[in-house]
Amino acid sequence: MSDTASAATPAATSVLPDVPRLPDRLVDQLAFPSRDTYKQMVAAFRAAGFEMCSDVCAVDYLTHPGRQLPDGVKAERFEVVVNLLSLSMRQRVRIRVQVPESDPEVDSITDVYPGADAMEREAYDLLGVIFTGHPDMTRILMPEDWEGHPLRKDYGVGRVPVQFKEAPGPR
Amino acid sequence: MSEHDDTAGTDDSAETDDTFGMEETEKAHREAEEQRYFVAETSEGAQELLPRGTTTAGELRQEVGAVLRLPEGGYIDPNDIDIERRDDQTMIINMGPQHPSTHGVLRLMLELDGETVLRTKPIIGYLHTGMEKTGEELTYVQGSTNVTRMDYLSPLNNELVFSLATEALLGLELPPRATWIRMLMSELNRVSSHLMWMATNGMDLGSTSMMIYGFREREMVLSFFEKTSGLRMNHNYIRPGGVAADLPDGWEDDIEILCETILARSYEYDELLTGQPIFRDRTEAVGNLSAEEALALSVTGPILRSTGVPWDLRRAMPYLAYDKLDFDVIVGSYGDNFDRYSVRLNEIRESIKIVRQIAEMMPPGDYRVQDRKVTPPPRARIDESMEALIHHFKIFTEGFRVPEGEVYVAIESPRGELGCYIVSDGTSKPYRMHIRGPSFVNLQVLPLLLRGGLMADAVAVISSVDPVMGEVDR
Repeated sequence: MSDTASAATPAATSVLPDVPRLPDRLVDQLAFPSRDTYKQMVAAFRAAGFEMCSDVCAVDYLTHPGRQLPDGVKAERFEVVVNLLSLSMRQRVRIRVQVPESDPEVDSITDVYPGADAMEREAYDLLGVIFTGHPDMTRILMPEDWEGHPLRKDYGVGRVPVQFKEAPGPR
Repeated sequence: MSEHDDTAGTDDSAETDDTFGMEETEKAHREAEEQRYFVAETSEGAQELLPRGTTTAGELRQEVGAVLRLPEGGYIDPNDIDIERRDDQTMIINMGPQHPSTHGVLRLMLELDGETVLRTKPIIGYLHTGMEKTGEELTYVQGSTNVTRMDYLSPLNNELVFSLATEALLGLELPPRATWIRMLMSELNRVSSHLMWMATNGMDLGSTSMMIYGFREREMVLSFFEKTSGLRMNHNYIRPGGVAADLPDGWEDDIEILCETILARSYEYDELLTGQPIFRDRTEAVGNLSAEEALALSVTGPILRSTGVPWDLRRAMPYLAYDKLDFDVIVGSYGDNFDRYSVRLNEIRESIKIVRQIAEMMPPGDYRVQDRKVTPPPRARIDESMEALIHHFKIFTEGFRVPEGEVYVAIESPRGELGCYIVSDGTSKPYRMHIRGPSFVNLQVLPLLLRGGLMADAVAVISSVDPVMGEVDR
C-alpha cells in the first residue's frame, strides 16, 4: 500500500503545486483549493489519472469554526468535500473547498465527472450549497416544497411537526 | 347547473334536473378538491421527469446520456434514437413508488415511445428519514445502531465502515481476533445479501423457485447471525473498539455446514437459471454498460466489475486483513444483465472460499480492545471494581471523546464502495457523519441502462442494479 501511495504522490503533487496541503493520518492526499481554482484543479486531477469521483458532500462548520486548516486558507462556514479516486494509481485525494455563508455557491464538477450529479444535488438539498453549472439543481431527498436545508447546524430539529395525526406537534 | 337553465327547461323535469345538477356540481367540486389535495401531496415538482418542452438543454442531454465523456474527451453517442421526437409522440409514465419490482420505494418516471424507453428519471427520497442528521445527535457508542439500518441487507458492512472510521480517528489498534471476526461476519453478510439479490432477481424474471431458494439459504446465514449477535438484522454487532460478543461455541461446525450447503446449492442455481434459455434471453445483451460509462458515473461494486474493471477494495486497498487471504476478483466482460448476475453468483462462491479460510486461520485472543475508555468492562468486574463501574457508566451515558479531525474510510460492501466521512470536533458525538451509499450513486446509471431498451426489460435492469432504498435515501 505504502509503495503505491508514494509512487503516486509525485503525479498527484505535480498537478497544482501551489495548493495548500495538510498531513493526514491515512494515505489520502488533502488539497485546499480556493473556489476560483477548484474546478480547474478537479479537471487537472481528472487528467492526472483520477478516473472516478467517489464522493461529494458538504459540511456546515457553524458551531465548530476552529478546525485545522493550512496557512493561507480562510475558514468559512461551509466546506464542500470531494473524494477522488484513482483506480490506476490506487490512490485517493480529498479536496476541501471553503464556501462562505453569504454566497454559498461553488462550481459544479458534473461536466468533469458526470457521476457527481446526484451527490451535488444531495449536498444542495441538505446543506443549501448551490453548484453553479449543474444541469438539474433541484432537491433530491426532501420534498420539493420543503423549506430550509436540514443538515445545516442552525436548522431547528423538531421545528416541523411530525407528520402523524396523533403527534403533539413541535417539541 | 344554473337557475337560468332550470327555468328554461320544461317544468316536469326541472326539479329532478335541479337535484341532479347539484349532485353533479358537488361531485365535480369534491373530485377537483381531491385532485388538488393528492397532486399537492405527491407532486415532486421540478424533481420529476418533465416534458421535453420544459426541460433545459443541459438536463435533457444528461438524461439521454450525452454528458458522459470518454477519456479522450469525445461524447458517447448511444445510437441516438430520440433526437427528433416531440412531446406529443411520447408518453411519460410513472412506475412506483409502490411497485413490486422497484425494490422498495423507488419511483421511476419513464418516457416511452411505444414499448421503447427513451428517458428515465429515478425520483427518490420516499424513505428519507435524515439518518445523517440523527447521526450527529448520537454518540459514537450509539452510532452503529443508526448506520446499521441504512443498507438493511448488509447491516454488518455499515457497522464496519462506521467503526473503522471512528477507530481511524481514535488511532485505535484492534486485537487480531476482532479483525478476523469482523471479516468473517462481513463476508457472510455479502453471501446473504447476494442470495437475497438472487432471490429477488429471480422473482423479477419470473422464477419464483429462485425466490424461495434464495430466501431459504439466506435464512441459514441469518440464523448464524442470530446465534452470534442475537438479531437477524440490524445487529449492532460490530462496534467501535471491536465486536459485541465472541463467536458462539461450536461456530466452526455451523460455518462448515453453512459453507457446504450454500456452495452445493449455488450449483443448483446454475441449473435453474444460468443455463435456462428464457433466463438467458432476458438477461444477455440487456442493459449494456461500458467501463468508461461506469467509471464516469462513479459506479462501483459488481456493476463496475461486470464491465471488466477488476476493482475491488478488498484487493485494491485492503482493509481489515484481506491482504492475508486468497481470493479472486470476479469480472465480467460485456456489462450486461447476465454479467452482473454471474459476477454476483460467483462472488457468493468466492465469499464462501474466504469464509472457509477465515475459519481456519481465526486467531485466538480478545474480541474487543481492552481500552476502558472505549469498550465497557466485563459485567463481572462492575461488582468488584468502582473504577469499572465508573467506566461503564461513562461509556453508556456520555460516550467517549474522539480527537478532532476528519476521515474518509471506504470498504467494499456487496453493492460497491461504502464510504463513511466523519468530522469530529473533539466531543463524543460526530460533528458530521456522511455515508457514501453505493446504491445511491449506482442508481444514476439507470437512465443509461434503460435507454433504448424495452419496457419489459426495465424490471430486469432495475433488479440487476440492486438498489437498497434504505441506503439510497438514508
